[in-house]
Amino acid sequence: MTVLETLQTYWQAYLYNDGSQMSGLAMTLWLLVLSLAIGFAMALVLATARVSQYKALSIPVRVYSYVFRGTPLYVQLLLIYSGIYGITFVQKTELLSMFFRNGFNCAVLAFALNTCAYTTEIFVGAIRNIPYGEVEAARAFGMSWFTLYRRIILPSALRRALPMYSNEVILMLHATSIAFAATVPDLLKVARDVNAATYQPFTAFGIAAVLYLVVSFVLVYLFRIAERKWLAFQAPAGR
Amino acid sequence: MLSVQDIHKRYGDHEVLKGVSLEAKAGDVISIIGSSGSGKSTFLRCINFLEQPNAGKIIVGGTEVLTVPDKNGALKVQDAKQLQKIRTKLAMVFQNFNLWSHLTVIENIIEAPMHVLGLSRAEAEERARHYLEKVGLNPQVEAKYPAHMSGGQQQRVAIARALAMHPDVLLFDEPTSALDPELVGEVLKVMQKLAEEGRTMVVVTHEMGFARNISNHVMFLHQGRTEEEGAPDQVFDAPRSDRLRQFLSGSLK
Repeated sequence: MTVLETLQTYWQAYLYNDGSQMSGLAMTLWLLVLSLAIGFAMALVLATARVSQYKALSIPVRVYSYVFRGTPLYVQLLLIYSGIYGITFVQKTELLSMFFRNGFNCAVLAFALNTCAYTTEIFVGAIRNIPYGEVEAARAFGMSWFTLYRRIILPSALRRALPMYSNEVILMLHATSIAFAATVPDLLKVARDVNAATYQPFTAFGIAAVLYLVVSFVLVYLFRIAERKWLAFQAPAGR
Repeated sequence: MLSVQDIHKRYGDHEVLKGVSLEAKAGDVISIIGSSGSGKSTFLRCINFLEQPNAGKIIVGGTEVLTVPDKNGALKVQDAKQLQKIRTKLAMVFQNFNLWSHLTVIENIIEAPMHVLGLSRAEAEERARHYLEKVGLNPQVEAKYPAHMSGGQQQRVAIARALAMHPDVLLFDEPTSALDPELVGEVLKVMQKLAEEGRTMVVVTHEMGFARNISNHVMFLHQGRTEEEGAPDQVFDAPRSDRLRQFLSGSLK
């Protein structure tokens, strides 16, 4: 089979559908978007808790973050997909058993928890980077704790976090390639199937690599635009 | 308008304020002078509870800030809402400007009027433009970020930000100390204009010219106490204490 023939036969599976369900690039992006969205929203809350002066709030977040940053994502996925479903209690509880039986749910859960841990640390660093005088000024102008976070600390921190966060997004895109371990037909799973069918690993995985590369480039480009808009306040004068 | 009574402040065993008081009537411009370490900035920051005093009373426009001692012996406000309300009446201008760096000039000025006082964007922007003009800034700076301006311009934006709250009292914490010498004048000129308008101001400063010519009352702090205070003529021309004489001979050359 030439490269062209492989493409002609499998392009749909690579891009969006393997004949029975969503697959390939579309599945990879769907995994990425869902886990990033959940991870981002949770990280906002957890980062706020992590910088709190109340230990009851900050310590649990710290433990969570150490656990999820200290173990490989692959292991986390296997634990969630195979491990948790192996527990009798989970199998006997209707709702839990329904959730954990589904490989896609497990993959999203594992990815979201993992990216959330890293994103939390990124946000915490960004919050601590805000000059203390700006926080003091907000308090001196009568802002409540909630307004201070909503209007000053989080908007400022999210902007400062952009360069680090763009990195996390790219890493997460690449990390979704282990979703096959939970039988999710993502881009790499399709490539493995094509390899098994054609015995042409270079072509099968090469196509996947090119697709990952294209998505990475698009993401980098989008983040560059975002940085130009939201980090203008840090740019040298006259730009 | 503002009454601050017998403020004590300790850091561990070190007592930085040993009972300092201040009374400001409407239109008063009070300068607080003293060498570094005399406690003058700490005193100013106690007025709006950026620092927690260990003892003392603060009354703004007839309302006393209600406090209870916390476990470290510092005074904690009883009601956060009350403090927030009182802080809106005591707008502060900082030594390092402390403009919100991720917001443009106009966003800096409308931020607290909109999200603390509850003004509409249109009202807040109208105020902002009015005060930008008052501090002598060109409308074209509106869209700039603080980092792209000179220190003098940033401090004038910070003054406009304070004025836009329509506060009862303006607190200045060494407003010209972080500025290059050639930029000090533009900020002092704005402050002089505000004083002439009859605004109530409490100014911690190293600018003896300002204290002498613009304020109507001068407090000299030394080692956490008011060593001497009075009208500028009296304080500068006929100092009674040795400390003040020493301080003045060192700073007025």
